[in-house]
Amino acid sequence: MAFSIYDFTEFTKSIHEGLSSSLSPTMTTVVEWVIIGVLYILFVALFGLFLVYAERKVCAAIQQRVGPNRVGPWGFFQTIADFVKLLMKEIINPKGVDGFLYNVAPYIVIITVFIILSLIPFAPGLQAFDFDIGVFFVTAVSSIGVIGILLAGWSSNNKYSLIGGMRSGAQIISYELSIGLSIITMVIMSGTMQISGIINAQANGWFIFKGHIPAIIAFIVFIIASTAETNRGPFDLPEGESELTGGFHTEYSGIKFAFFFLAEYMNLFIVSAMATIIFLGGWMPLHFGEFNSFNAAMDVIPPIIWFFLKVCAIMLLIMWFKWTFPRLRVDQILTLEWKYLLPINLFNILLMTAVVLLGWHW
Amino acid sequence: MKAFFNYISEIFRGFYSLLQGMGVTGKYLFTPWKYITQNYPENRDTLKMFDRFRGEVIMPHNENNEHKCTGCGICEINCPNGTIEVITKTIVTEDGKKKRVLDKHIYHLGMCTLCNLCVRACPSDAIVMGQKFEHAVFDRKNLTKVLNKPGSKLEANVKE
Ligand code: SF4
Ligand code: SF4
Repeated sequence: MAFSIYDFTEFTKSIHEGLSSSLSPTMTTVVEWVIIGVLYILFVALFGLFLVYAERKVCAAIQQRVGPNRVGPWGFFQTIADFVKLLMKEIINPKGVDGFLYNVAPYIVIITVFIILSLIPFAPGLQAFDFDIGVFFVTAVSSIGVIGILLAGWSSNNKYSLIGGMRSGAQIISYELSIGLSIITMVIMSGTMQISGIINAQANGWFIFKGHIPAIIAFIVFIIASTAETNRGPFDLPEGESELTGGFHTEYSGIKFAFFFLAEYMNLFIVSAMATIIFLGGWMPLHFGEFNSFNAAMDVIPPIIWFFLKVCAIMLLIMWFKWTFPRLRVDQILTLEWKYLLPINLFNILLMTAVVLLGWHW
Repeated sequence: MKAFFNYISEIFRGFYSLLQGMGVTGKYLFTPWKYITQNYPENRDTLKMFDRFRGEVIMPHNENNEHKCTGCGICEINCPNGTIEVITKTIVTEDGKKKRVLDKHIYHLGMCTLCNLCVRACPSDAIVMGQKFEHAVFDRKNLTKVLNKPGSKLEANVKE
């Protein structure tokens, strides 16, 4: 079996050939589905737990605390302990909830996460699903998540949940626009919506360097909008602990609460991964045009490590936002989107178009 | 036109102030080995509370087991919570005079809000705020303390 940490294409192909040599085509597909599904579930569970831990440590560092430090070395197993606790908790169905919607809401939220994850390339050949409208599909699917949140708020029979769900709806629908437009800006630059195509177009320099001013503006807008889209601070109105006791997930407990919790952190991963793919070259090592020795040195680090380094850097940035900025009021959130981000974005698309037409990029 | 420039400058000022904030928290974020919290109880032996910390009301005694409390009861009157009970007794001094001295200075820690009023009111500075904070006990009876040690006497130089 050909295995290389630099390119997984051969590896996945050999697994596929090995399976199809001993099984019928249908069975091969089924087995592959199962393998990929299990891998993604493992990834979401483990990485989600790691993210919760990382967030708590980052928060602690910013607030000059130590953070979790009791369970395991540096408190590393703290979130695992928390998760076990959540699994063992009773699942309570409060009186007067809309049973079906109440139960289905967390699954919608977490399924959205899985669908988007399947499009994210972790390394060459490590992408479950790659087709020619990739980024478009991601933006489309990511707005399904808001339905889960709205349903959770609506069906909980709790005014706080309802307000949280509604706020989340208003917020996500507005900021989706900015995300879409800043992605379009970069699609103009790359000329393709296929995720692997976008990454390959960055082989001689990441888009944020190649596209200079408009790309940087688009990057900033994307980061702001995606912070809002993941319902994280300073845009955490839907949860708003101080006013809504937890917002849309107030009434949830046990594993269903864990789903919302994991989905929130995996959304953080997803938006960071999207920012990485679109602006920072995905798994592409840092390359600068013709500096071949420098490029070769950068190639030594495996792409999967590049990918996670970049994603972690952006996640750190977003966590840094959360623990620095004060929360916005709901009208300020909408003002920021409709009066600032949207006009800037529209102008930026024009700018990018001009840059591309005049060939002012590298 | 002016409105447009205001709009643009508002954006840049907004970013500038956000970056300033991130600068402050960034300093803390990238020095995670510096923290201001305590690793209690690991550092229990070396832990030193800050000077103004108010843990409980105590009455310092000197090496001859003497305190400065005259038993005047001013602290008792000044306590908003009725935490202090000053019990006095009358003794006869060597030269045959009757004198009122402190018998028991009873302090109910469970009712104390650590407001410091008694300490400030005491005319002879007999009581101060102590730094001990591990007050958990198994029975609340144990929270009632007698501040003067058994057999202690008034310091000679305290003016009455
Ligand atoms: S600190 Fe305040 S509450 Fe406590 S004993 Fe003194 S006066 Fe009373
Ligand atoms: S502690 Fe001070 S105020 Fe209270 S009885 Fe003694 S001398 Fe008077």
